[in-house]
Amino acid sequence: MLKLEGLSKTYKTGDAALSDVTLTIPKGQIVGLIGPSGAGKSTLIRCINRLVEPSAGKVLLGDVDLARLGKTELRRQRRRIGMIFQEYALVERLTVMENVLSGRLGYVPFWRSFLRRYPGRDVQQAFRLLDRVGLMHQADKRADALSGGQRQRVGIARALAQEPELLLVDEPTASLDPKTSRQIMRLLTEICAERDLPAIVNIHDVPLAQQFMQRIIGLRAGEVVFDGTPRELTENVLTTIYGAEDWDAMRRGDEEQSAAEADARDRMAALAQ
Amino acid sequence: MSTQEYPTTWRRPPQIVTDRRWRIALQLGILAYLVLALGSVEVDWQRVSVGLERGQRFIMGFLQPDFTSRWGDISRGLVESLTMTLTSTVVGVLISVPIGIGAARNLAPAWLYYVCRSIIAVSRALQEIIIAIFLVAMFGFGPFAGFLTLSFATIGFLAKLLADDIEEIDEAQAEAIRATGASWWQLVNYAVQPQVMPRLIGLSLYRLDINFRESAVIGIVGAGGIGATLNTAIDRYEYDSAGAILLIIIGIVMIAEYGSSYLRKFLQ
Repeated sequence: MLKLEGLSKTYKTGDAALSDVTLTIPKGQIVGLIGPSGAGKSTLIRCINRLVEPSAGKVLLGDVDLARLGKTELRRQRRRIGMIFQEYALVERLTVMENVLSGRLGYVPFWRSFLRRYPGRDVQQAFRLLDRVGLMHQADKRADALSGGQRQRVGIARALAQEPELLLVDEPTASLDPKTSRQIMRLLTEICAERDLPAIVNIHDVPLAQQFMQRIIGLRAGEVVFDGTPRELTENVLTTIYGAEDWDAMRRGDEEQSAAEADARDRMAALAQ
Repeated sequence: MSTQEYPTTWRRPPQIVTDRRWRIALQLGILAYLVLALGSVEVDWQRVSVGLERGQRFIMGFLQPDFTSRWGDISRGLVESLTMTLTSTVVGVLISVPIGIGAARNLAPAWLYYVCRSIIAVSRALQEIIIAIFLVAMFGFGPFAGFLTLSFATIGFLAKLLADDIEEIDEAQAEAIRATGASWWQLVNYAVQPQVMPRLIGLSLYRLDINFRESAVIGIVGAGGIGATLNTAIDRYEYDSAGAILLIIIGIVMIAEYGSSYLRKFLQ
């Protein structure tokens, strides 16, 4: 379980990116974090594993306060938090397998990681994860040889290799096409359900968030302005989060997109016959 | 749509000095300086004609290179130069990698950053010949001084370019590795090394090439190698042997250049 208490972040420039965020995320819950650009979504999830140092507040994972750990202890605790990134953030010139195994870096001594001699158990688990995300036969390829969707699945496998207790997901679909986005979101939600893993997902595609999230938190100018189920996310609420805009038009656009996808599928099926 | 007449000509507005009067004054000033400076160069035409004659003899020697009569000296100089080149590049690279990492702002703490940047600055500020003169005075004539000179120069060159390259890595990849709980060494090994390795190898090969050329130059001030042989040949007015040495240097530089550019392409 993750608990944020009064979490705040003020950057050196004086911009308050987060002010007094208090949240509790129980086991197995997938939370979508929505909000306009600059609302502090990225800062919020980066404050949890301290890629960004919070200015005030507590980050309680279980009963450890991550916000006041020393360097070594922080490294140890980061193993418990898997992170998935917007532009995949794979190490492009390493192989798929090395990328997945890099999820074990916090567990192995330097010489093992340097010589790529991971314990048998880690290697076996890496293969199992690659199989789970459907990339069993790509293990020896270099990461930059994969497509966007495949890369993001490697990113997921890397995060899971940490055997995390929490997943932080930063705009997982921002550089993917609509169909691949849905596949990735489905894979993420399935995996979280399988492992009873809580996840915080930054996402700016509102319809996608409504489709896949169990709970949605709206952030505006560093403050939580909405916290509820996708069903409660009405037009009024969206206006509070994002400011005025014609949300129905956006939803219609989304319907058009799925209609076009369905159409394309039908045509492919017709060609196959 | 408006019915306004739009102009048919457009000129790029001046970007740096916007005032027309200042621009003209500046141009006149530069012209005046150029004329005065050229006027102050003293040319002794009699000396030039003597020099041209000597140059002609030099070119004749160049056209009839004599590889054989001094071959013993030439081959000894060549072996010395090549040994100096290879050893100094290897040693220089080995030393410049840790210094380069230390001089990268995104990896090193501030104090280490300044220490490493100062080492680089010193190495880059001193030209090879100056270091060579100094080291020859310290360790005597011969290739050892040359080896030290080239190693020292390699550190400044390679460590600076490596550090700049490390500072420009894709931070997202480093962030992802850091988020797994990796240690600093693991971060360098997994996030930095894969990103800078091709360039590091390319730069090392390029430096190998530079070091060979420099070994010919520093030989003239006594640091051994083919440069020393060339210097001796010119001092003895043996322009045919000097021509042979120059041809060999050109040949080896070309081979090294093509070889290293081929290897670099292969590595990409």
